[in-house]
Amino acid sequence: MTTTSTVPTVPYDEALQEFEPVIGLETHVELGTASKMFCGCDTAFGAEPNTHTCPVCLGLPGALPVVNATAIESTIRIGLALHCDIASWCRFARKNYFYPDMPKNFQTSQYDEPLCTDGYLDVVVAGETVRIPIERVHLEEDTGKSLHVGGATGRIHGADHSLVDYNRAGIPLVEIVTKPVTGTGAMPAEVAKAYVAELRDVLRGLGVSDVKMEQGSLRCDVNVSLNRPGEEWGTRSETKNVNSLRSVERAVRSEVERQAHRLRNGERIVQETRHFHEDTGMSTSGRSKEEATDYRYFPEPDLVPIAPDPAWVAELKAALPEAPSVRRRKLVAELGLSDNDSAAMVNAGVLDVVLATVEAGASAAEARNWWLGHLAQKANERGTEAVELPVTPEQVARVIALVGEGTLTAGLARQVLDGVLAGEGEPDEVVAARGLAVVSDEGALTTAVDEAIAADPDAAEKVRAGKVAAAGALVGKVMKATRGQADASVVRRLVLERLGVTEG
Amino acid sequence: MPEITREEVAHLARLARLALDEAELDVLAGQLDVILGAVAQIAEVTDAADVPPTSHAVPLENVTRPDVVVASLPRDAALAGAPAAEEGRFRVPRILDEE
Repeated sequence: MTTTSTVPTVPYDEALQEFEPVIGLETHVELGTASKMFCGCDTAFGAEPNTHTCPVCLGLPGALPVVNATAIESTIRIGLALHCDIASWCRFARKNYFYPDMPKNFQTSQYDEPLCTDGYLDVVVAGETVRIPIERVHLEEDTGKSLHVGGATGRIHGADHSLVDYNRAGIPLVEIVTKPVTGTGAMPAEVAKAYVAELRDVLRGLGVSDVKMEQGSLRCDVNVSLNRPGEEWGTRSETKNVNSLRSVERAVRSEVERQAHRLRNGERIVQETRHFHEDTGMSTSGRSKEEATDYRYFPEPDLVPIAPDPAWVAELKAALPEAPSVRRRKLVAELGLSDNDSAAMVNAGVLDVVLATVEAGASAAEARNWWLGHLAQKANERGTEAVELPVTPEQVARVIALVGEGTLTAGLARQVLDGVLAGEGEPDEVVAARGLAVVSDEGALTTAVDEAIAADPDAAEKVRAGKVAAAGALVGKVMKATRGQADASVVRRLVLERLGVTEG
Repeated sequence: MPEITREEVAHLARLARLALDEAELDVLAGQLDVILGAVAQIAEVTDAADVPPTSHAVPLENVTRPDVVVASLPRDAALAGAPAAEEGRFRVPRILDEE
């Protein structure tokens, strides 16, 4: 694409005073099964291209698919967690299209008989509970990945040819589709983000997927339309390729702003697919939406129907873990967190990781401080959310424990977390590799203290004369010389001792 | 009334990436219309008798396999049937036409 011109917009808040938004979200979740949906190929991420393929997922003639039992179970559990009805009988269907990401020239999916229908998920936005109605949850297979060669860097436009890796083709993929969500008033972008965040927490709690948006195991398509109050719903656009929580919010926001400008000027909204660009936070127009009938769905003849036994479904339902919202309420009460505190954590989207950090052994206050402080700052620098940083609550809890036992100072702890974020391994590995533990050898510290005194005789003289405050400069020098690895209170004591001064 | 029009056959041919010339379209539209007419006759009977459509020839349900990894094809074997390969991947022609 060579078009760089900015699209005219109306500011978000202003647009939402004039128009009512209707949003819809389609979320794709790669299940965390060991093997693919219809064959036994490994699903591990990051393998060499085309090393996880077989006649079934390559669509070679005569190969026959067989359904992965765990994928069915996981999909039903997702449906139950979202308060859906579970089908007593349903079939897979072929979705026919020609695109090199599917070697079979069809995707095995579900059409008019999804496994789960008609549920909801409650999310809390700005202190208000919003019920997001769920249309359906169905099971399909993921597609391969294409690498576009020639033309602009990696873009399909202008590419000379493409190279396809089918490792991902055939990994079980669950599609969760909301009904149109109305009544979000001035907050459609915030509601959309809160929904995806809550859905991710539900999925993580079920243990059915690793829900890593940065690796594409959770992906989102965002539908937006605007209408004037009292009028019919407007024409919607669908923005694909929205792969972070922050982007879900930005995608809705930018569509509201773009559509409002067009509508205000009497222009039409084209029903189309738009592609979201993480770098700019904007979307560009893609192909116009194909009619559903063009896919010529028909029942998959190679797979027999799925008829979940109601007794089994009832067992799965009874064994569901506690919903994240319920667990959250309980923990907040147990920990005695104030409303302000928990609201601040909800707004930053870190309540769940803070609670998980507490469950991993940290105190609530420490966990809160790290997630709302240093980690929030790191997330901001990276243009992401704290929960999307590559650090786990367990790792944060370990760093807090190291500070508690005196192995790390707060300053060193920040460096250890930075090491974890940089992919240097577990906290203990970072401490060892970077040599970050507190220097508690007083002999070594005394040498550093003597050097500091020798380097700054003026300060030393002032301290000797009783100006204890001047010791700060000497302590600072020692801390610098030891790269922050000394305990400042010990250094201070040594400085005063060496200068023959006793405090207070 | 015909069950399928010549335009519909042309549309389906396009979706299925079949290059049909005008003469073939004429012949196939006629033949498909006869076939669909015959199927419609059956549907009259089954609808009246409330017979559900058959999608599978065998009365089976819930045929699944356990979630166990089995060996994949060696990559060379996977790529062996491809018209072209590059960097361990299937090489395919340009996907989007130039605008």
